[in-house]
Amino acid sequence: MVNHLQVPILETQNLTRYFDIGKKQVVHAVDGVSISVGEKEIVGLVGESGSGKSTLGKTILGLHNKTSGSVSFRGQVLPQKYQSKDFQKWSKKMQMIFQDPYSSLNPRMTVGEIVGEGLRLHSGSDAVKVKEQVADWLSKVGLQADHMSRYPHEFSGGQRQRIGIARALILEPEFIVCDEPISALDVSVQAQVINLLGELKETMGLTMLFIAHDLSMVRYVSDRMAVMYLGSLMEVGKANEVYFDPKHPYTEVLIGSNPEPDPKVERSRPSTAIRGEIPSPVNVPSGCRFASRCPKVMDVCLQTTPELIPLKDIDRSVACHLYC
Amino acid sequence: MRGAAKSGIGSKLLEVRNLEVEFDTYGGIVKAVRGVDFSVDSGKTLAIVGESGCGKSVTVQSMMGLIPIPPGRITSGSALLRGQEVLGDTIIEGKEIRGAEIGMIFQDPMTSLNPTMTIGNQIAEPLQIHRGYSYRQAFNEAINLLDMSKIPEAAKRAKQYPFEFSGGMLQRAMIAMAISCKPSILIADEPTTALDVTIQAQILDLMRDLQSQTGMAIILITHDLGVVARMADEVAVMYAGKIVEHGTVEDVFYRSAHPYTLGLRAAMPTNDPANQHQLNPIEGSPPDLFSPPPGCGYCARCPWAMSICQKSHPEHYYLNSGHYSRCWLHHNDSEIKPNQLSFN
Repeated sequence: MVNHLQVPILETQNLTRYFDIGKKQVVHAVDGVSISVGEKEIVGLVGESGSGKSTLGKTILGLHNKTSGSVSFRGQVLPQKYQSKDFQKWSKKMQMIFQDPYSSLNPRMTVGEIVGEGLRLHSGSDAVKVKEQVADWLSKVGLQADHMSRYPHEFSGGQRQRIGIARALILEPEFIVCDEPISALDVSVQAQVINLLGELKETMGLTMLFIAHDLSMVRYVSDRMAVMYLGSLMEVGKANEVYFDPKHPYTEVLIGSNPEPDPKVERSRPSTAIRGEIPSPVNVPSGCRFASRCPKVMDVCLQTTPELIPLKDIDRSVACHLYC
Repeated sequence: MRGAAKSGIGSKLLEVRNLEVEFDTYGGIVKAVRGVDFSVDSGKTLAIVGESGCGKSVTVQSMMGLIPIPPGRITSGSALLRGQEVLGDTIIEGKEIRGAEIGMIFQDPMTSLNPTMTIGNQIAEPLQIHRGYSYRQAFNEAINLLDMSKIPEAAKRAKQYPFEFSGGMLQRAMIAMAISCKPSILIADEPTTALDVTIQAQILDLMRDLQSQTGMAIILITHDLGVVARMADEVAVMYAGKIVEHGTVEDVFYRSAHPYTLGLRAAMPTNDPANQHQLNPIEGSPPDLFSPPPGCGYCARCPWAMSICQKSHPEHYYLNSGHYSRCWLHHNDSEIKPNQLSFN
């Protein structure tokens, strides 16, 4: 939903991505998602695995074709299916930081080649200049310039994630999708990467879609939080408000299951474990997607799919019949 | 049940003393575990916390005889299960312990089960080996166990293969297998790391329910302090192959004494609206265990490191009978006192 205080830098309208898996079966990975990200805003996207978070991020950047719906960047509608010239044009504006720092860096390229590749292809600057900039960026992300000639296997997970960040940011994009940038890292290193992203956000004015399943971290990092379930958005609102005052039953369950590092809090609260698991996204039935697990399910939930509608009084949108 | 009945109240079920494990590699000898002591009581949960590479998995694997020897080597130490030594030179002494007295579940249920055997047969196997059940008896017991692990339609599910199960269901099946012979200790090595928070809550609840039904001890290996807060009675914080702080869960969370424990807590966001701190990362990375530092393993990353920290390893400083911290700051000559340490 549009945050009216800010001009959206990126906006999706009913964005849909289906995967055809044969035998008339269709995976509804992303189903009619409308979300907007304002200038210099961090929107956190949370949900269980299989809810379509990564597919949404990749579809926004054109790494997946859109089945229907649109994505617009500063009011300009992006192509339905990216050709190589579209990647050339838009990869300077939008970039991605990947989840797994082990598989997302080419093991046969040196760090200098990995980080400098985008610059070499897009800026047309000569090798010496590219090298200077790479050295500059390596120091910005907390590595050293002489790491340039080394290969990814010589670095730890946290250092590799820094290389991935330098690779994504060297073209100074306006919008980045961070797909679980910290979930492969140890707690002590997660904070290093989060603080680095925070500093770069301050200095570069980054706008981010921050995908993660660590709810505490998303609340800490994000301005707004969007909760996704089985391809659709369930709730969108200010991160702190959504976390401390969830409206959608799914958000309540998700936050209730999030373990807090505090024994008193953990032991005093009732068990909120929800029965069942996320259903298969193949040929999703009509009605609310969460109806099969919802503790507050009503008859209407099985019949009609609730729309994501803004609530009165507070800055929140919820897709639930309880609030219609 | 057996464990609780035999060991009685107060005596230690499992006692590990000065365990040291190393591995031969092409790069040299890795000293993965460098002298670890802990004990577990029946019906209690001990959480071993630490980051990847700190030796927490190797510690429990050596007790289960799961360390390949060679290249691995248990260079010293003992692990007494009700007075009986379980560490052997080559493999675990006697198969009666592994799978019968100590059950284990692993981080990744997808790769820890045999893809070519039905779930029911896999659960039945330890019962046939350790308890001498017939195949039919064992399979029926497997269905009961799946039911106990709250898998719906257990009889039908027992005939299915692992690929037909979701991650959460596989972890339940693995728990069913681990508790099949009513072990006195369940070792859970990062049991919920690969699972979503909603499924994690289900699995943790299941483990606690089974513990209260059977009185087994649980050794929980994790890096998630939230899971520790929910599950543990006692906590051992490991760093670079040693336990640096040990105490009850309240001691370790509310009276953290070691700078590493403090650092871990400061590096995580809290969701207490009254206490919104900035994240304080622990700079640097853990030491290379090919040549572990002579002093404290944490001193290179410790903001309060002193010159002695680099030279010799601190002793156990007991803050109360069960709570110790291995840090030179507790020494009488230290100018900074650990209770003054704070990031905020």
